[in-house]
Amino acid sequence: MIEIDVSLARSTGFTLEANFTAPGEGVTALFGRSGSGKTTIIQVVAGSVKPDRGHVRVDGETFFDSSRGIDLPIEKRHVGYVFQDARLFPHMSVEGNLRYGERRSRRERTISFDAVVAMLGIAHLLARRPHTLSGGEKQRVAIGRALLSQPRLLLMDEPLASLDEMRKGEILPYLERLRDELKLPILYVSHSIEEVLRLSSAVAAVTDGKVIACGPLSDVLSRPELLPVIGRFDVGTILECTVTAHDERFGLSTVTFADGELRVPLVGRPVGAPARARIRSRDVSLSLSRPIDVSVTNRLAGTISKITRAEGPFADVEVALAHTIIYSLVTQESVERLALEPGTPVWAMIKAVTVDSRPAGFSSPGAEIVSPPAAPASQPSRTALPLRLIPGGTPPRETP
Amino acid sequence: MTTFLTPEEWTAVRLSLQVAFWATIWSMPPAILIGWILARLNFPGKGLFDGIIHLPLVLPKVVVGYLLLITLGTRGYLGQYLYEWFGISLMFTTAGATVAAAVVSFPLSVNAVRLAIDGVDKGLETAARTLGASKLDAFFTVTLPLMLPGILSGALIALASALGEFGATITFVSNVEGETRTIPLAIYSATHMPDGDAMALRLTAVSVVLALGALILAEMADRRIKIALGRI
Repeated sequence: MIEIDVSLARSTGFTLEANFTAPGEGVTALFGRSGSGKTTIIQVVAGSVKPDRGHVRVDGETFFDSSRGIDLPIEKRHVGYVFQDARLFPHMSVEGNLRYGERRSRRERTISFDAVVAMLGIAHLLARRPHTLSGGEKQRVAIGRALLSQPRLLLMDEPLASLDEMRKGEILPYLERLRDELKLPILYVSHSIEEVLRLSSAVAAVTDGKVIACGPLSDVLSRPELLPVIGRFDVGTILECTVTAHDERFGLSTVTFADGELRVPLVGRPVGAPARARIRSRDVSLSLSRPIDVSVTNRLAGTISKITRAEGPFADVEVALAHTIIYSLVTQESVERLALEPGTPVWAMIKAVTVDSRPAGFSSPGAEIVSPPAAPASQPSRTALPLRLIPGGTPPRETP
Repeated sequence: MTTFLTPEEWTAVRLSLQVAFWATIWSMPPAILIGWILARLNFPGKGLFDGIIHLPLVLPKVVVGYLLLITLGTRGYLGQYLYEWFGISLMFTTAGATVAAAVVSFPLSVNAVRLAIDGVDKGLETAARTLGASKLDAFFTVTLPLMLPGILSGALIALASALGEFGATITFVSNVEGETRTIPLAIYSATHMPDGDAMALRLTAVSVVLALGALILAEMADRRIKIALGRI
């Protein structure tokens, strides 16, 4: 459990008011635009930025408390920090970088050198100097270096932001393994909705130095007040689903959620696996009668619960199903023509062609299926090398 | 070489190298400390502190020598206790010449260190600390090694300037052959001798070679380390 309640005023006029609690496991995304204060929040947790007042507690241990005069030095906090710009030590080899934190850790060794090197695929780089590495390789080494310091908490500051799309796709699977194989809470700063959807289970949304919402991903990202953070054309509904069937003939999969099912392009996950569907509000159109002779595959019946005028010619319509709310972006002209109002029963039509399964980092049209954090033991262990924990693995290195 | 220089001239050359070498070695650790303070700390009176450190650079060297005389001389404010308690006298000794050379070249070393620290990304220190290194540990394992090119070229420039020190040395510890008569002082003496022109000329040649050698060495060292760090 990571409890943060701090405030901070900079001479530049920037102020930070962050009050939220992140779960003690899994990935919590700090999501917001650049300059919103996300990085400052994790710097406060790491101890490299001192807040004016408030407290920071991790698993009951106080890192900072202005009222009690506590300000634990950075090196005593045992947090792993992956910087946007990697920050590898240029005068050391890759192995020297990896060992730097490992040698200094006084904590119990649960993450072994060999396991990290295997998990991140950096064995062939050990003798190299940082300046000879590609951006993606640098970032993997930086992640390994942070892990080997045996942290209690991992802070990641847009680790993919400085990489091109190809490299992002290369690193993301490593981050997923990290999340699934290590029992290590991660605070992950990002402005990319794709990364957040793919990696995190909880989200803290940050705007203008304030945490405006915090909670489970599907709750937070569906909130209308997040519109300025996500953007008009990316806002939508997140549905936590289960893969229930594959149809090889048409290249389609069926995923089930609380209020029904969706037919989506083939998902590369086994039946029974959890999946996350995203339906952008601009990809949902409305019909007063049951749509029959239309190409749209996914049709859900519901009742309009709210209509909000949006900017320009648009209106946001909330369609309530039994357990879920689907958002639809229509023109105000359509609202008038169809005489839509709260209470009107409607059919929400979701274009199946816009439901997509692709790695995060690629801009994708419409809704998409991404693999969410695996629920513990909900799926067989992956084929990739499992991360060995120390007992039975490499013998612990001597602790001075 | 032995036929090129007389034994007396050799003594001056050896003494110069010895004085300049030790002056540089002794002044480097405090220069690193002061350079770090000036580069990384902010405190009231920093401007004044900075000024005092750089004073030897702009004061007439004779004034520096005289100030050393009245503080460290056997009857000076500090010198009298050095003499009474420890029996140490810097007057007319090589040690005194070394102190004079160190004081005069100190601001150059400090500036070199300061530039070197400014060139090290502060974020690397933060990275080291998140990996469990204390401030001091991070300084010695990350900042200092990365400052090395700057420190080394700074030290060689300080060495070259210490080799040329004249005013402070002659004022503080006088011109004693075999003790304080370095190359510049020997040249000065030679010009006062009826047939000293040849000697002055030979020592001048040695001076030029030594100074040039130090500068070239500084450049080479800088390049090599930068290549090793992948900066070029």
